[in-house]
Amino acid sequence: MERIDPRARSDAYGNRINRSHSTFLATVVPWGSILLASILPLFPIASALPLLPPLGFLMLLGWRLVRPGLLPVWAGIPLGLFDDLFSGQPFGFAILTWSLALIGIEILEGRLPWRAFWQDWFTAGIVVSVYLIVGWLLSGATPNIHSLIALVPQLVLSILLFPILSRIIARLDRFRLHRWRTI
Amino acid sequence: MAPTGQRRSGYSRRAQYNLFTGYIIAGTGALIGAVLLLLSFFQPQLFDGLRGAAADGVSPATETSATVRTGSKSIWDSISGYYRAGSKNAELKREMEIARIRLAEAQAVEQENLRLKALLGMQEKDVEPVAVTRLVGSTASSTRRFAYVGAGSDQGVEVGMPIRSPRGVVGRVLETGSDSARILLLTDTESVLPVRRASDEVVAFAEGRGDGLLRIRLINLGINPLEKGDLFVTSGAGGYYRPGAAVAILVEKTDDGGLARMVSDPAATDFVSIDPIFEPQAALAVETPTETELSD
Repeated sequence: MERIDPRARSDAYGNRINRSHSTFLATVVPWGSILLASILPLFPIASALPLLPPLGFLMLLGWRLVRPGLLPVWAGIPLGLFDDLFSGQPFGFAILTWSLALIGIEILEGRLPWRAFWQDWFTAGIVVSVYLIVGWLLSGATPNIHSLIALVPQLVLSILLFPILSRIIARLDRFRLHRWRTI
Repeated sequence: MAPTGQRRSGYSRRAQYNLFTGYIIAGTGALIGAVLLLLSFFQPQLFDGLRGAAADGVSPATETSATVRTGSKSIWDSISGYYRAGSKNAELKREMEIARIRLAEAQAVEQENLRLKALLGMQEKDVEPVAVTRLVGSTASSTRRFAYVGAGSDQGVEVGMPIRSPRGVVGRVLETGSDSARILLLTDTESVLPVRRASDEVVAFAEGRGDGLLRIRLINLGINPLEKGDLFVTSGAGGYYRPGAAVAILVEKTDDGGLARMVSDPAATDFVSIDPIFEPQAALAVETPTETELSD
């Protein structure tokens, strides 16, 4: 068989003989990558204005839009709780907004079951804009026009980051379903 | 990608219940989130312990990255230092000479100050910082401007203590974990700091605007005496900050004061020292409502 087609016994996730998916990776990778993305904005420079996109939320959106059906609707509760510990927003903000975003996308998906990537990007762009503006309103500080203007670079970066992030998520998804050698 | 068929439960009772429960949990989660959010608006200190523990948990990683970050920055500085080294050297020599003269003058002034203070019988002791540590991270994606430092209640850090870098004031401690503390940067919109112009006694408030600048609001309104390039230092009012630490430089003049840029930009800050509260009694008095009486 291999002489005719060398890839006959393999697929995108590797060779099929003697190999199988890892249940551990298949469950841990999506959740783990979102948790990691929630912590990441802590590490870079202590900037005087908000600059980094909300990576945890973008990662959640990415997994939800790139691989629908993988994350349950209630995933926003535990993941949001974790994000709240590090984001600097008042506690409960991410639990509320992440849950609402997932429910909203679920409703949207009922209306538009078949979508192209640019539609996903459009959805993510709108959801992230609303998220950032609500975050500005509910940050616990008095919202003023200057901090709203300071939000613009972050918003643009977030929207531009989504395609890159969905590529990364597609890679992570391949890694998630990679076949490992078993005996 | 197109959704999977999981949304359609078909005739399976189990799948129907699973799907329904998922929606119920998600809705309840959103409600719980809203309640927690309301709680943290009215009782902001309620979740401090949780967040402190979380920050402690990641502090080894953030400290390592802070070390690497400052290390790589200094490498870049030494490379870019070679660029136009000759002219820079000459310029630096000129500045150095002027600085030496000014230093000698400052020493004279200091001497005189000492003499005058001795005359008045005033005593002033040097402050020992509570801890010297790194600025390990910040909430870079939130509208609020918080940063984390690598020292906490185990090192004696307490809420309200001012944070200083070698250049000037950075902010003050907002909540403490055992090995890390969350600080409120000066640029946060909730931060207000009493300042005065370094050259004279023009007093003002420096408020964060949330976009990296500080708004200088004069206390005595009238003709605006400020000029571009004025340096503002802490006035010591309020009792938290020691007077005389550099805060900001005016970049733009407005009707009631001006806009200023922080002297000690947190992005360029590496090591910070956490000082004890300047006058704990005064700070307490400021926080106490006028109806309540202070007692020792």
